[in-house]
Amino acid sequence: MLLDIIIDGLIKGSVYALLAIGFSLVLGVARIINIAHTALYMTAAYLIYMGTKLMGLPAPVAMLASIVLTVILGLLIYNFFIRPIQEHEAAVLIATIAVAMMIQEVFLMTFGGHYLGVSPLVEGYATIMGVKVTYQHLLALGLALVILVGVRLFLLKTRLGLAIRSTAQDREVANLMGMNVTRVAMGTMGVSVGLAAITGAIVVPLVTVEPTMWMHPLIMMLAIVVLGGLGSIEGSFVGAYILGFAESLVVFLLPMGAFLKDSVALSIMILVLLIRPDGLFGVSFEEER
Amino acid sequence: MGLVSAYFRRGWTILRSEVLVLPSRLAVLLFIIALMAVPLFTQDYYILRILILTCIFAIFAASWDLLSGFTGQMNFGHALFFGVAAYVTALLNLDLGFPPYLSIPLGAVGGVLAGLVVGIPCLRLRGSYLALTTLAFPIILTGLVFAMPDITGGELGLSGLSRLTGSRVMDYYLCSSLVVILGFAMWKITDSKTGIILHAIREDEVAVRSSGINTIRYKLLAFCMSGFFAGIAGGLYAHFMRLAGPSTLEVSLSFQVIIWSVFGGMVSIYGPIAGVFILNPLMEVLRVALGNFPSLPEIRMFIFAGLVLVTLLFMPEGLIPWVRDKLENECPRCKLRNVFIRQRCRVCDTSLS
Repeated sequence: MLLDIIIDGLIKGSVYALLAIGFSLVLGVARIINIAHTALYMTAAYLIYMGTKLMGLPAPVAMLASIVLTVILGLLIYNFFIRPIQEHEAAVLIATIAVAMMIQEVFLMTFGGHYLGVSPLVEGYATIMGVKVTYQHLLALGLALVILVGVRLFLLKTRLGLAIRSTAQDREVANLMGMNVTRVAMGTMGVSVGLAAITGAIVVPLVTVEPTMWMHPLIMMLAIVVLGGLGSIEGSFVGAYILGFAESLVVFLLPMGAFLKDSVALSIMILVLLIRPDGLFGVSFEEER
Repeated sequence: MGLVSAYFRRGWTILRSEVLVLPSRLAVLLFIIALMAVPLFTQDYYILRILILTCIFAIFAASWDLLSGFTGQMNFGHALFFGVAAYVTALLNLDLGFPPYLSIPLGAVGGVLAGLVVGIPCLRLRGSYLALTTLAFPIILTGLVFAMPDITGGELGLSGLSRLTGSRVMDYYLCSSLVVILGFAMWKITDSKTGIILHAIREDEVAVRSSGINTIRYKLLAFCMSGFFAGIAGGLYAHFMRLAGPSTLEVSLSFQVIIWSVFGGMVSIYGPIAGVFILNPLMEVLRVALGNFPSLPEIRMFIFAGLVLVTLLFMPEGLIPWVRDKLENECPRCKLRNVFIRQRCRVCDTSLS
């Protein structure tokens, strides 16, 4: 039981951390609340389903192809639907909602509302302290941790990472220093969508693939980003594990847990906000000048 | 007789000098007349049902604009007020036997309380934090609704409420006149002194506070007023559908109200109302028109979302402000609006070109 909770919490936390970091990158750099973020995560999952089940590709090829295609799709959406109206905050907001709805309806049209599944990459399970843990879960956990470390290194060590961080800190000064802010925003969007797609690829064997699968991660992701502090990568990371563990604790321990998991996670978020209005690791954005 | 004709002439003068001079005011007048005249032409059960729901959602969307558009407190969880009022109305009607004319106002009071519950913790939050936090409240409540099926009916909701009024046409007149009255009331609120303060809070809260205005009180007031109007819409919905279920708290309803309002044009009250009256019947038209293609049942929402996206690309301020700016010019001197064919301002005679 305890190990179940730990493994489940770790996986959920890692998945949410990947999603939340991608989301907060775009929020920090381009000030876009991208509701379509988890819809792109769903896109990757569906593309993998298409690749492996319908076209018979080997799983790693399908995963790579789906990640590349999703990133291209994300950049196209950003370029054609979001960038032209970027000055209008409310318009951007409903543009991303509309994009998410369109993606959902496309998959509902092509695949119907059926619950689909993708066979795991690796079969079998290990027994750790008397609890069966499938290799797939361990693989997902390992991959998620590797990617998280990779993102960290990317942000701290590369030139694009530096550009992203500095633009997030102060867009105007970054622009004055001769950085092409538009191109940085484009690059950030690519990285962010890439993270969403990778997350989709990692978890697709563990979840059911259906057209509304983006809703629950979306809510959790928004809660995590607020809990950790908008635009803070560390905050997203810590917040993701807090809410991931909270969710698995509620699901395993409480009766009616499946209904209450969102409520408990979001109540934690509100309680933290009551004490710290800027979230756990709040970085205050520069005020509009 | 002379008195009557004097009143009549005075009314006509006001109409001619204040309403007919501007296309937007004329459009509102024609809209109200058309709304009232619909049952004269058709009493079709289905058409009236769509229009009643459109009216209810129009009140709901306008109440969102009062809070998020005017006061700038971006609310992603507006369905909370709607849902709380629907459930309160349903419980009062089913358990205590209150008739609709009592249960709907009390449900709206429930909406006001919900506004306070959301408003007080949200006072310290701003911008994106506020938007994302408000999203949480209806989801929390949905979890509680599912977890307590004895009281709330769980997934099925509470059904079997008494009818709104005796007949469908009466329902229609009740809802359509409420849209006009409440819409006008909200528009008046935004035009009053309170409305100006709310508007100022959106622009610069620190400046308002430093002018000696208690912004906390006004922000809470905005939450409560918005909750009240949304609550009336929720109560009407519960009595009209004779059902209060978890769908009234859904995230998609919160998103829907944002889409309606931003599509119609925020910060104008009439924009969201127009947005609902355009988009909601359009969805039904699409449903009927696409009924011939049973292979594509879900393309409706796809078209809807695509339409919203394309509209926004060309009119990011929303549909109604775009149309209004095409039809009317603002006088550079006295800031009054004039119809676009005029060369000189109708009040101060300044050249408009």
